[in-house]
Amino acid sequence: MRQGLLAAVISALLMALGVGVWHLATLPKGGAAGGDSEYAKLVGAQKSAFPTPADVGQKLAGHLRDPFYDRGPNDKGIGVQLAYSIGRVLLGFGLAGALAVPLGFLIGMSPVVYRALDPFIQVLKPISPLAWMPLALFTLKDSNVSAVFVIFVCSIWPMLINTAFGVASVRRDWLNVARTLEVSPLRKAFAVVLPAAAPTIMTGMRISIGIAWLVIVAAEMLVGGTGIGYFVWNEWNNLSIANILSGILAIGLVGMLLDFLFARLQKAVTYVE
Amino acid sequence: MSFLQVQGLAKRFNDAKVFEGIDFEMERGEFVCIIGHSGCGKTTILNVLAGLDRASEGVVVMDGREVAGPSLERGVVFQGHALMPWLSVLGNIAFAVRSRWPHWNRIQVQTHCQKFIDMVGLTGAEHKKPAELSGGMKQRVGIARAFAIQPKMLLLDEPFGALDALTRGTIQDELLRICAATHQTVFMITHDVDEAILLAERIVLMSNGPNACIAEIVENTIAKPRERHSIHHDEQYYRIRNHLVDFLVNRSKLYQSGELRRPAQPPHVRPGLHEAALAKIVNLRT
Repeated sequence: MRQGLLAAVISALLMALGVGVWHLATLPKGGAAGGDSEYAKLVGAQKSAFPTPADVGQKLAGHLRDPFYDRGPNDKGIGVQLAYSIGRVLLGFGLAGALAVPLGFLIGMSPVVYRALDPFIQVLKPISPLAWMPLALFTLKDSNVSAVFVIFVCSIWPMLINTAFGVASVRRDWLNVARTLEVSPLRKAFAVVLPAAAPTIMTGMRISIGIAWLVIVAAEMLVGGTGIGYFVWNEWNNLSIANILSGILAIGLVGMLLDFLFARLQKAVTYVE
Repeated sequence: MSFLQVQGLAKRFNDAKVFEGIDFEMERGEFVCIIGHSGCGKTTILNVLAGLDRASEGVVVMDGREVAGPSLERGVVFQGHALMPWLSVLGNIAFAVRSRWPHWNRIQVQTHCQKFIDMVGLTGAEHKKPAELSGGMKQRVGIARAFAIQPKMLLLDEPFGALDALTRGTIQDELLRICAATHQTVFMITHDVDEAILLAERIVLMSNGPNACIAEIVENTIAKPRERHSIHHDEQYYRIRNHLVDFLVNRSKLYQSGELRRPAQPPHVRPGLHEAALAKIVNLRT
């Protein structure tokens, strides 16, 4: 408890320090150039091009006051944009899970399937998901579907590999118990292997959702239209650094939330041996 | 015909013989212990009886049918208890009960499980997870799970090896009581000579591996009921015990070198009744 309090105090101090340095660095430069007091009076203090903490705070408050407005393609609330991104991530992630978990089961259960698929996995896994984007745009002919596809591709590997590993390393004793009880293969898969491998599978899912959230921002910068990635890029075109910073902060917070959610799910299926 | 017949069992890994020529029989309701040093293939024999492993040679026939794979007819208590850690005590036993009687409803399953939880003295711990139980309690759950499917034969792989002496004694008493009440046929691996004398009707002694064989089969002639707190006062007790310890310490290693002849049929000995039994074994020296 004491330690928790201390840590919180240190966090707060670091935050204050960071914001303080930022504030000082972006203070208006008060006509120091040349010492010409009349010129200084004329143009006034020169404002920094980088927004001050107060500017960003103001913008952020504005976004939070009305996060869900929609005034045409180039002016949507930050909440709407985040909702688009989260929707794409969940859709791509869900499709990936629907393929990766059963396939991972198969790979984990059968050494032959493992060895047959291993070369493909090894080659496909290190490919940056964004490298698929042109191919996806060409074949799927829809930017939105392509973004979901990219999420699908990047989510699949950690889930596939973790599921296969989890299933392959289920303790022999538990499988022998199922064998001596003449448990059917389907019941064995759902009542023994799945709960035994669930913590490992959930770890894979947690890694996947993290990667998916990293990739969606880049993907949306490419495909444009909607989403938080597009929002950030659009504000770059608007040269609104304060809005970019608001977007970055929102990306971080949502990513943290997703990770927290999956950490909870992971905890729910974890067992103590 | 005996209830269980093991004929000419052999196991090889590549060219290395673990054991060969394993022959023995068991009657219904009999309690048999098998003793031997590590590496003689006891666990492999048990796994072959369970149907979890296949022998390189030989057959196992139980109740007139050849053992070809695992079956609900044979319950196994594993060395490392093998409880599923995500299920409660009740859940672990119910998993087995539902496998045995898939058409039972929830209440039937629960009542049946409760009976066996009570039997091993775990009343009140039904909803605990294995991680919350002591080693002795975990092993009790394993025993309850094996008994709950009411198998024709029970196979125990050194079930009390990891327990402290006090807990071991208590569970031995319980096992003795349950077996007496249910007339269960039991085949058990143990390293503990006293445990074997307390529990078993016959004790199968294995020579050292590799290339192990059954050296002798010791008949436990101490009258039943045998009880832990009084058995060591029986006049036969130390005769049997000394015979077993002698075998483990001195004779078990002499079969590999050929100093003692591998018996074609393992001799049945009754060291509890007369000391002449030892002489018979010694006569086998080449």
